[in-house]
Amino acid sequence: MENRKELNDVEAVEEQETLQVNSVANENAKVDDSSAQASDTVSEVSVGEEATGNAKKTEKKKVVARKDMTWRQWTWHEMKRNKIAYLMIAPFMFVFILFTVFPVVLSLVLSFTNFNMLEFDWDIFIGITNYTRLFFEDDIFLLACKNTLVFAMITGPVSYILSFLVAWFINELSPRIRAIVTLIFYAPSISGSVYLIWATLFSDDAYGWVNGILLDLGLIDSAILWFHDERYAMTLCIVVALWMSLGTAFLSFIAGLQTINKSLFEAAAVDGIKNRWQELWFITLPMMRPQLMFGAVMAITGSFGFGGVVTALCGFPSVNYSCHTIMHCLEDYGSQRWEVGYASAIAFVLFLIMIGANTLVNKMLSKVGQ
Amino acid sequence: MQKMRVRNHQVVLNRSVGGDAGIAFFLIIMGVFMFLPMYYVIIQSLKPLDELWVFPPRFYVQHPTAKNFGDLFTLLSDSWVPFSRYIFNTVFITAMGTFGNLLFSSLAAYAIAKIPFPGRKGCFWIIQRSLMFTSTVTAIANFLTLSTLGLMDNLFAIIIPAWGSSMGLYLMKQFMDSSISDDVLESARLDGCSEFKTFWVIAMPMVKPAWLTLIIYSFQGLWNTGSSQYIFSEQLKTLNYAISQITAGGIARAGASAAATVIMMIVPILVFIISQSNIIETMASSGMKD
Repeated sequence: MENRKELNDVEAVEEQETLQVNSVANENAKVDDSSAQASDTVSEVSVGEEATGNAKKTEKKKVVARKDMTWRQWTWHEMKRNKIAYLMIAPFMFVFILFTVFPVVLSLVLSFTNFNMLEFDWDIFIGITNYTRLFFEDDIFLLACKNTLVFAMITGPVSYILSFLVAWFINELSPRIRAIVTLIFYAPSISGSVYLIWATLFSDDAYGWVNGILLDLGLIDSAILWFHDERYAMTLCIVVALWMSLGTAFLSFIAGLQTINKSLFEAAAVDGIKNRWQELWFITLPMMRPQLMFGAVMAITGSFGFGGVVTALCGFPSVNYSCHTIMHCLEDYGSQRWEVGYASAIAFVLFLIMIGANTLVNKMLSKVGQ
Repeated sequence: MQKMRVRNHQVVLNRSVGGDAGIAFFLIIMGVFMFLPMYYVIIQSLKPLDELWVFPPRFYVQHPTAKNFGDLFTLLSDSWVPFSRYIFNTVFITAMGTFGNLLFSSLAAYAIAKIPFPGRKGCFWIIQRSLMFTSTVTAIANFLTLSTLGLMDNLFAIIIPAWGSSMGLYLMKQFMDSSISDDVLESARLDGCSEFKTFWVIAMPMVKPAWLTLIIYSFQGLWNTGSSQYIFSEQLKTLNYAISQITAGGIARAGASAAATVIMMIVPILVFIISQSNIIETMASSGMKD
């Protein structure tokens, strides 16, 4: 497996190089072409021959030329040759860097200051004071960390496995039924604020569905304060999170399963694969590895970025901080107390946790089926 | 001997009846769990007032009525800011944001996927990493940036960051990698097409599913824009915000609020139904290769 991968890599590199060489050759050919057209005397066939001949010649020249150049010269040469590409990525990269990359750097820088938007005084550099305050003094932040991790470690893996299982199970249905089932499972994740209905279903008074049914059956004497009771709030939020979690990863799995070559399964059956679970482990999962990686990123990011829904359901802050997550800490210090320096430290910690979780899971997934 | 059965006119290997039944059972339970809350919203929005507060709550509606939808519009037309203004804001944000994102992302995706310029691996690496954290991380710094740029209390404070959203670019780039052959582009260049013309005339028509998907993603994100910390003026708030205000109105407005939720959810779902096959096609190439 490893060997084959390396081989592929080598091929890919070679391909890329010949591609570059070819495009140089083609530029030459283009020039020839126009001169030929100008003179109007050379037939098409001979133009073609000339072009290929030229291509061979330049190919030789090119390889030598690359060896002659230092790496820096070569890069500069390539940059000049492809300068149009920089023009094409410029608008996107400008906005992307300004609103996605720069904020991370700015958060890191600000996290070492005590910048405060209300007082507007800041001793430029206070070292790691914000971080020591976070981890040694701020009990609520530690509680939020615990909640966030519990939340993410349940919703992340469960939603991931659920997405895959459902996608795998519906894979063998006929296309029309599959489309309908896909819609039913995918709809909650795209329909905006429909999750607020959970607040009605589990509302605090007797008119909520769940309280109503339980009271009617005589299982409870008085209404339960579902989202405002620390015993139930977290569990309910996790249920709602799972309900909404069959999103992008789910679609990616459905699509990935469709692209697996069917003849692989026939060959495997001949080779003695006995049931669908063996098929899953030995063929489906290894073939799906790229989608599994992408799905994992989506699931992890989703499970950490769930603050808004919790706020809408449990209020802010939630009862006894039972559902207080890092996102809520951030909102608290960032946009209510305006302690930007401290909030930046929280943001950066959250950033590190997310990137860390992703890297870890990607490492684990790269071992699937090997 | 292998177990073989026929399903959908195809021979299916390795499938036991028990397994099929178990899977069907699992799917039905899950499907009910997923669908029940949606069903409840729809039922709520059709109930007349006397049925909304029946105890115990009912799973069905006896006399369906469209009165809640009528109430919703009465409520909205009474608001201080004309309702059409909220609709305009949401449509403006959605249209401008999606258009810019589509244009910028597809240009950049084409360059990264198909032009071998130095630095493209680095660009793509950083874009892939950006999928790994949410906008919560960047919110505070963006607040500072936007206020420095003087975009506070301006719809462009929501629109411009949307132009640089990386999800669409990622999907587009992966799709271009797998669906456009370099030979086609090469022959176009050979015929004297400029890089921009190759992009527009050759590449873009070939990745129609990808840009439809990008539009859907951007649309979903922007359509659901609620209250934002960058917008203060009432006349610049969005439809979602206006509707959440009605929902916050308490039990007297339960019917109207269910009607509002139905309207807000129906649009993304319809869009998805129309574009489902294109999205699935795009997702086939969404995988990450390490």
